[in-house]
Amino acid sequence: MVDVRSGIGEALPPPEVEDVELYHPHSWWTRYVFSQDAKIIAIQYGTTAIAIGMVALVLSWLIRLQLGFPGTFELIDAERYYQFITMHGMIMVIYLLTALFLGGFGNYLIPLMVGARDMVFPYANMLSYWIYLLAVIVLAASFFTPGGPTGAGWTLYPPQAVLSGTPGGRDWGIIMMLSSLIIFVIGFTMGGLNYVVTVLQGRARGMTLMRLPLTVWGIFTATVMALLAFPALFVACVMMLFDRLLGTSFFMPAIVEMGEQLQYGGGSPILFQHLFWFFGHPEVYIVALPAFGIVSDLISTHARKNIFGYRMMVWAIVIIGGLSFIVWAHHMYVSGMNPYFGFFFATTTLIIAVPTAIKVYNWVLTLWRGNIHLTLPMLFALAFIVTFVNGGLTGLFLGNVVVDVPLSDTMFVVAHFHMVMGVAPIMVIFGAIYHWYPKITGRMLNEAMGQIHFWVTFIGAYAIFFPMHYLGLIGVPRRYHELGEASFVTTSIAELNAFISVMALLVGAAQIVFLFNLAWSLRHGREAGGNPWRATTLEWQTPETPPPHGNWGNELPVVYRWAYDYSVPGAPEDFIPQNQPTPGRLSHETVS
Amino acid sequence: MAVVVILVLLAVGSVLFHLLSPWWWTPIASNWNYIDNTITITFWITGIAFTAVVLFMAYCVLRFRHRPGNTAAYEPENRRLEGWLATGTTFGVAAMLAPGLFVWNQFVTVPQDASEVEVIGQQWLWSFRLPGADGKLGTTETRDIAPENSLGVNRDDAAGQDDIIIEGGELHLPVGKPVKMLLRSVDVLHDFYVPEFRAKMDMVPGMITYFWLTPTRTGTFEILCAELCGVGHPQMRGTVVVDTEEDYQAWLAEQQTFSQLSASSETRAIPGRVCSGSPSGIATEQGTGAFALFEEERKCFGPAATTVAASAAQ
Amino acid sequence: MSIVAFFLAAIAAIVVWWLAGQRLTSRPWLEVGHFHDRRGATRLPPAKIGLGVFLAVIGALFSLAISAYFMRMASSDWGALPLPGLLWLNTGILAAGSITLHWTRVEAERRNDEAARIGLLAALALGLAFLVGQLFAWRALSDAGYFLAGNPANSFFYLLTGMHGLHIIGGLFALGRVTAHASQTPLDNRTRLSIELCAIYWHFMQIVWLVLFALFAGWASGVIEFCRQLLT
Repeated sequence: MVDVRSGIGEALPPPEVEDVELYHPHSWWTRYVFSQDAKIIAIQYGTTAIAIGMVALVLSWLIRLQLGFPGTFELIDAERYYQFITMHGMIMVIYLLTALFLGGFGNYLIPLMVGARDMVFPYANMLSYWIYLLAVIVLAASFFTPGGPTGAGWTLYPPQAVLSGTPGGRDWGIIMMLSSLIIFVIGFTMGGLNYVVTVLQGRARGMTLMRLPLTVWGIFTATVMALLAFPALFVACVMMLFDRLLGTSFFMPAIVEMGEQLQYGGGSPILFQHLFWFFGHPEVYIVALPAFGIVSDLISTHARKNIFGYRMMVWAIVIIGGLSFIVWAHHMYVSGMNPYFGFFFATTTLIIAVPTAIKVYNWVLTLWRGNIHLTLPMLFALAFIVTFVNGGLTGLFLGNVVVDVPLSDTMFVVAHFHMVMGVAPIMVIFGAIYHWYPKITGRMLNEAMGQIHFWVTFIGAYAIFFPMHYLGLIGVPRRYHELGEASFVTTSIAELNAFISVMALLVGAAQIVFLFNLAWSLRHGREAGGNPWRATTLEWQTPETPPPHGNWGNELPVVYRWAYDYSVPGAPEDFIPQNQPTPGRLSHETVS
Repeated sequence: MAVVVILVLLAVGSVLFHLLSPWWWTPIASNWNYIDNTITITFWITGIAFTAVVLFMAYCVLRFRHRPGNTAAYEPENRRLEGWLATGTTFGVAAMLAPGLFVWNQFVTVPQDASEVEVIGQQWLWSFRLPGADGKLGTTETRDIAPENSLGVNRDDAAGQDDIIIEGGELHLPVGKPVKMLLRSVDVLHDFYVPEFRAKMDMVPGMITYFWLTPTRTGTFEILCAELCGVGHPQMRGTVVVDTEEDYQAWLAEQQTFSQLSASSETRAIPGRVCSGSPSGIATEQGTGAFALFEEERKCFGPAATTVAASAAQ
Repeated sequence: MSIVAFFLAAIAAIVVWWLAGQRLTSRPWLEVGHFHDRRGATRLPPAKIGLGVFLAVIGALFSLAISAYFMRMASSDWGALPLPGLLWLNTGILAAGSITLHWTRVEAERRNDEAARIGLLAALALGLAFLVGQLFAWRALSDAGYFLAGNPANSFFYLLTGMHGLHIIGGLFALGRVTAHASQTPLDNRTRLSIELCAIYWHFMQIVWLVLFALFAGWASGVIEFCRQLLT
């Protein structure tokens, strides 16, 4: 048994973390535009990601208009439809979710939560954002090139991605897409090195790994995974660019396209799929793990209770991160790869369900006997659990190789991944923005607008994607511009599709309320004070709100306890900040 | 409180939707009802888990929501509870995985007596090839594809001469006999998918993929492409007819073999379209030389390409 | 994908070894005070950790490309290309650069500023010489009719040497900055650290090059075949 009081009143050890020399901005430009302050970079990342995300949102409306009311909108022909779904998918997965979780929340929260003044390599951090912005611009520019953006689907499978039957295949579209991804990976690597090394080396005195908030654990693990997985995307994109521009045959077999013999030969489309999914599957967890981490902190703070089974939560994050590298081929059960791989990948995939389920149990067990404040962050956290459990469980269908055979490439897959890595993480993003907006701006977001936003988004999103699974079960394939007449559709599904589309338009409209709220509250929101949620973690303990460059004033914080000292028996308040030495913790031995 | 109501409604509503909605899978027409059974097992297990978690959450919110004077309990962890939950989950997962792997083993083990049928995908058309009297399919080569040999059957292979070629037409299969579908593509990825058969598999240019099934009832079913293959993807439809043995033999007798088709195409000389070099001459891939050849081919096949595109666009 | 599996196993081993020292099984809610922070007084500089992580990323990049090389190699149209003899010379030049940087680092540690400056310039020159040598190797191959798109073996040769060359160019850029800085002022701790980082990077690039060289020469597939026989 460790003596819990041993830490109290002991002499301070010499500072182990050197106070870093901060870059001092000299002008408005270097302070707010070419800023090296992680918090400014975070806001830049966040606004860029949300801006390009709005493009993807509009594209989703157009997609749903076509699916819900086929033939009504002349504008959305097959070619445009495929361009829309491709750009929607790629933007959402890479340029919104990855960039917002790691570039946005990672930059803002890591230095503050570990008690550092800034990231360890601020210059590389700044470059990371500008390179990301370049990637976004190249991507967006492809809308204006002759032939338009690529319509190969977000998976960009060759050979079709670079052939004339696909929109943008022999034009600029695919070239711009591949270039943009290559640029993104370079930019991300610069940022990613920062996030990892800051967590490793930038932690304040007393901040052991087991005292890190789960948010930091989630972002840290996701970044490590991203650093190892993105090279696969990089290699795949470079090789496909060679195939497209220089006539190599990495992925291109002998092809007769529309009766015309192409000069390619011998290449393997499956090789691309292996490389793509070697990146693509970890990518799912690159988005999910930060969400796991953040939602743990939201639930704990707003239920005024420590996160249940913290150690288990940490182990689960690490185990999920590791396992996610050996499951990639479950996206390829019907790709024509050696069918015997199915046994291995189905087993590893279903094993991942166990640590993931443990995380879910621990979230709901944190609610048990809590003191649940139904604030907006808490509501979004509850919505996350519902949608994540739903989407995670349908993953057990698709991961189980034989069940995947009828369901793969149907709307079931679309419903599954939207629920699990679209809706669920975005619920966390909203919750996190409602939670940390007061720290970023000093003001609270408007509650009434927030309630409207929450209810429409949550119920609407569930109503979109839950019934969609059943379309897939009937056998409706995904990526169909128009299903038309089909003999296997025994019941009319047109009404269901129309209903889903109406819901999608509604949910999209609710996001406008959210954006308005973000802008409105900047001026008119209620003053928040330094720690409006009465939270324990370090970012709420800064001397000033919003924290200035350097975060901590003259003295770095010293950490005395873990991140979850809520409702500790005997303490005067229902929370004890991590940097508070004297507690009033009397009855510890009895509760453990 | 609205949260509690919504959460309960959501859990109950999802179950009711599942049970009462008219949207359910189409009646099966192959031996893969094992797959349907595995899906049913998975629905049961996951359905129970989903309802339990959501209802538990609703209860927690109802019971432990903040009211003045409330305090939360202090409980960092409970190893026993976590252990039990992990064990229970492991059993649930195993209960889904075990039948899944068992059925997958059947899926990848093709019966000895399965007859072979080749399906060829191209943008955006299905073609089929059946072994002729010798019961063997001849070899093929994408480089051999030419207007008069659109499936690229190897002319030098004796086994291929009597193969039955069905270009863009219906495929017929006899009921109750296992059949191994050999899948091939000449241009991009496609996926042979018949919802009533449950099975599907990608068709990859440059390789031959396969799956097998036994049709269990007669009828006419729709073939869809399930891998995005370009703008014509949704229009890439075909028909498979499952016949009784007699009907099947009658249909088979009407089909033309590869040698018959070649003979008829040789007599149909097309004036004004003389192509230098054999179509397979392209097989050399060395640098600029190949490119010149390629250009030549393009001129040669130009008109054919437009015909195919036009027929696919219909 | 077995190459990348090995690489990931190595990374996983490092991660597990590191996590094993982080008391992941402790009960943090029982431990109050900064007493429990057992990080020692001597800390690795962040830049060094950063370089280590970056090298892991580069390692992932090359092991994935090499995995692709082996998977593509299985195809029947693969025709290995003859290695220009110049590559042996280039290997020597790169190795000399690596050794020079090692020597420079030692001299810098000994506060031998002048020697370190000479070493930096020599390493810079050797790096440039390597790049020029690689360009000549490319030219020799294309003169002999081995073009990029001619055969997958050629494509991979140009792709992998090109990727390696770009990394060398990046390294030269960093090395150039250090050299410029060192030529103006007396060497301080920061510069010494920079020299050390450059040396580590160069050693790593040397290893990557040796692996690639073995791959092109066909030795690597021999080794893999041998391992496969051992396993079966």
